[in-house]
Amino acid sequence: MIQISDLFKCFGRKIVHQGISFEVDKGEVLTIIGGSGSGKSVLLKQIVGLIKPDQGKISIDQKDIVHLEEEELQEVQKMIGYVFQEAALFDSLTVAENVSFGLYNLLKFSEHEAKKIVQDKLSLVGLSGIENLKPAQLSGGMKKRVGIARAIALNPKILLYDEPTTGLDPVMSDVINDLILKLKKETQTTAIAVTHDMKSAYKISDRIAMLYEGKILEIGTPQQIQNSKNPILRQFISGSSFGPIPIPGHKNNEHRN
Amino acid sequence: MHTDLKQNNFFSHIGKKILRSSEICGEIVVLVKRTFYWFFHAPLNRRNVFLQLLEMGARTFPVTSLTLFFTGMVLALQSGYSFIKVFNEPLYVGRLVGASICKELGPVLTSLVFAGRVGAAVAAELGTMKVTEQIDALYTLGTNPIKYLAVPRFLAAMLMLPLLVIYSDFIGILGGFLIAHLRFGIPPNVYFDEIYIMQIREVLHGLIKAVVFGLIIITISCYEGLTTEGGAEGVGQSTTSAVVVSMVLVLVGDYFLTALLVAFRIG
Repeated sequence: MIQISDLFKCFGRKIVHQGISFEVDKGEVLTIIGGSGSGKSVLLKQIVGLIKPDQGKISIDQKDIVHLEEEELQEVQKMIGYVFQEAALFDSLTVAENVSFGLYNLLKFSEHEAKKIVQDKLSLVGLSGIENLKPAQLSGGMKKRVGIARAIALNPKILLYDEPTTGLDPVMSDVINDLILKLKKETQTTAIAVTHDMKSAYKISDRIAMLYEGKILEIGTPQQIQNSKNPILRQFISGSSFGPIPIPGHKNNEHRN
Repeated sequence: MHTDLKQNNFFSHIGKKILRSSEICGEIVVLVKRTFYWFFHAPLNRRNVFLQLLEMGARTFPVTSLTLFFTGMVLALQSGYSFIKVFNEPLYVGRLVGASICKELGPVLTSLVFAGRVGAAVAAELGTMKVTEQIDALYTLGTNPIKYLAVPRFLAAMLMLPLLVIYSDFIGILGGFLIAHLRFGIPPNVYFDEIYIMQIREVLHGLIKAVVFGLIIITISCYEGLTTEGGAEGVGQSTTSAVVVSMVLVLVGDYFLTALLVAFRIG
């Protein structure tokens, strides 16, 4: 469904990706883990076409999206739902207008059809009855769920989650995890999630990939990742400050596990 | 050796500044080009245009009115006393107030207020949308941000600023009349006769300036907003920059535009 091959991306002198390759099968949930600033979100933005890679290939349904023109890219974007880290809801619009935004712009639904879809999607994320509220009136968890409802409004084949549980309390994080699993079960969408919340990664993923220094360090099932002997991966999943991962300004990482 | 290094650093710094400035100019031209492209190639979002017209017009009107009302009063007061000193009576107050306001002070002062109020609001709103990924969200939902955000703002600014200038000219002339009549005893017919003899091209002079200033202000504000980086601090910087650059360009552009319009005998 999604093939990434030999992806390179730099911002000025900072090399973010240096030869990333992986594949995601249809209906699979792949979670990409990695430290803050490791380029996880940049990777998602390249997959949806918001950022162009410097080199490499991104194929969705056998179609290379890197060199598409804006109109062709829009056709591909119809297949992709993107859940932003801070939800990125439009402040000036109501919840209903946010959720129905893509329906009018991409698929040209009528007002009646769009209203029905908005109700269905909000009910799916457990937020019926808040159609007329503005994003400022919602809690962090509600915003994330409205963001998910907006992303799934177009019935996308692919869902990209950018840190879906960041900034939420543990209970709300689990609600979001359950929602991702529910969507996978009910809609059979292929999904890529980026996160550094390991509890979430183990729960929602079919496979987990660790991004480190611009490359995929290891990829495998949650079980394989948990049993990995790689010291960098071990330090990351255990959340320890001691180990081979360099931490700027932190002196205690000379000790090696 | 040390001096050479210092000189190299100096030239490299200047070179980088020149390159960056050229880059910014290029980006601004691209923004204007793409905005006009979408204006002619996509249906207008009427709701957005209406909201922008309301925001830029109706809500800016009270501030510009107040500014021009007092400016008209000051002009009448200053010119009245100056003419009394020279001619022993307050001659040509209406003519001076009318011409100054319609050709110069109306468009320039209204544009400066517009840059402060509308320019800041546009840069802050678009900047916040940029740093909170709302602009990225627009792309993923099949909407070009230039089409959705910039086109209605450009249209509203270029329509509303000339209208605001017409209103402000009117209010400024009224303010001048108030002082001319109450302070210097100039009869209404004398004051307004001096206004009526103004030629249409003198009013047109001010309106052409308003359209150009509207384009300058909205271009700079949209550009600053859409290129914001770096969270709340970045939004603050973009907003300040939008207002300062717009105001400076309006004042500098005013001279060149006046010279051009005079050369073409408009006003």
